[in-house]
Amino acid sequence: MPDALSYTAPEAKVIRGAVSDWELVIGLEVHAQVSSQAKLFSGASTRFGAEPNANVSFVDCAMPGMLPVLNEYCVEQAVRTGLGLKAQINLVSAFDRKNYFYPDLPQGYQISQLYHPIVGEGEVIVDMAPGIARRVRIERIHMEQDAGKSIHDMDPRLSFVDLNRTGVCLMEIVSRPDIRGPEEAAAYVGKLRRIMRYLGTCDGNMQNGSLRADVNVSVCRPGAYERYRETGDASALGTRCEIKNMNSMRFIQQAIEHEARRQIAILEDGGAVDQETRLYDPDKGETRPMRSKEEAHDYRYFPDPDLLPLEIEQGWVDDIRAGLPELPDAKKARFVTEIGLSEYDAGVLTAEVEAADYFEQAARGRDGKQVANWVINDLFGRLAKDGLEITASPVSPAQLGGIIDLIAGGEISGKIAKALFEIVYTEGGDPAEIVAARNMRQVTDTGAIAAAVEQVIAENPAQAEKARQNPKLAGWFVGQVMKATGGKANPKAVNELVRGKLGL
Amino acid sequence: MPINQDTVRRVAHLARIRVDEDALPALAGDFNAILGFIDELKEVDIEGVEPMVSVTPMRLKRRADQVTDGDRREQVLANAPDAREGFFVVPKVVE
Repeated sequence: MPDALSYTAPEAKVIRGAVSDWELVIGLEVHAQVSSQAKLFSGASTRFGAEPNANVSFVDCAMPGMLPVLNEYCVEQAVRTGLGLKAQINLVSAFDRKNYFYPDLPQGYQISQLYHPIVGEGEVIVDMAPGIARRVRIERIHMEQDAGKSIHDMDPRLSFVDLNRTGVCLMEIVSRPDIRGPEEAAAYVGKLRRIMRYLGTCDGNMQNGSLRADVNVSVCRPGAYERYRETGDASALGTRCEIKNMNSMRFIQQAIEHEARRQIAILEDGGAVDQETRLYDPDKGETRPMRSKEEAHDYRYFPDPDLLPLEIEQGWVDDIRAGLPELPDAKKARFVTEIGLSEYDAGVLTAEVEAADYFEQAARGRDGKQVANWVINDLFGRLAKDGLEITASPVSPAQLGGIIDLIAGGEISGKIAKALFEIVYTEGGDPAEIVAARNMRQVTDTGAIAAAVEQVIAENPAQAEKARQNPKLAGWFVGQVMKATGGKANPKAVNELVRGKLGL
Repeated sequence: MPINQDTVRRVAHLARIRVDEDALPALAGDFNAILGFIDELKEVDIEGVEPMVSVTPMRLKRRADQVTDGDRREQVLANAPDAREGFFVVPKVVE
């Protein structure tokens, strides 16, 4: 079984400037919050939405003499994530201090891993369309502490600081500049999110800030990027700007689009882009420089003297690898090659692991393609109407399978099946029992159908004459017979009998 | 590269340490003396020598993922110059 399908790379997005064509070069730093109970270096809770400063220990608020003690589960999740991205795991890594002053960082430094990250180079396949995907190289993943949260709208002259998030473990996932358009950037974040949700290492909740991205954007003339890839010389690329801290796929795309156009306008005017950190303002639809970051870029990193280097054992890494679930690429490939689904359907079904599990339970021992159609078209559609997640589906995989079995056995028509689905969805119950109790069984007895056909023809002699002249009108009789039988007649049998009786 | 007064002023500012202008030349001298000593250390050939991070071989201490702390807001805020409604309160900093 391949762990992924084969793909060709998409075309890079081209923006037509006033003077020439431009291409985008994008790299992302994604901050993913580890799904742990306690913080990276303290025993305080990571629970979202607690009372301000309730989840704060003396370590988190940097009281003198407090020392960090590493949460081993967080290390395991970083390793899991690395393995999920087919990355190199570094058995020796180390923590460094990144020094800067801000009210939501009481230590005066963030503990991070600049020089020796726990995870090295890996790769993510970013699916764009059936058969088309971008391979994005991962440079590294390191662990670091999150900062607290400042609230600025409670007083005109004061900021209010909540340290609940301070010290929560983040994984910073750094990509190479391999992303070539705004849609690819959003799809990349979406794919990382998907992989981490499969792994269970990050819940991917962007609204709560569990997943945030810094985006590096530069523009170049067509051909320059290829030169960079051949030579590895980044000077072939344009000067980049970093847009900080975005927590929505839509904003990521918009910010890249605006930033690229801003840079193109500067360059076509004969100017030069300054390398700087910027913020995206979604209300104004523009990026603007972050003033405070200019000087703060001098972080004076040094190894954290409170923490020894982190040494992990190959055997432990092997155990984690052995416990990995089937990941999205492999599952999608299996759905296509083993079950025979289209790549599109396989992509839809593997978007969330819960949906994939649902599908597999319903498809066991049944026609996979038919089950996929029901899950994607009927179930997903119905759930979306009620705003429900697959995990809250009122129809269980066994119930949906039961409906599909009744169709496969010729007991109900496809049309009745839709009505049955609605009954099971709203009222529950066993599909076979419902069909029996409510007399929904398909009439396959040709004698009974023939009687109905004859009756309809006899009652409508003028229509019958017209249909004999123009066989296209026979469909009207099929409809009348279906109506007369309450939709329970087998439509194919009705069609044949109508044509026979009319002599067509 | 010798450290000049501008560098000392900048480092002091980054560290949020107030240094009077007339103290800068002496500090620059101290910095240069320390860096000179480090340059001397750099002359030692350490090719192939593992960095020693601890005098006794020790494994980095780890703990289990359990909530063992928190819910001590009053203590956490006790020394804050200003605290309201459970928050630390500071002069406005907006990006």
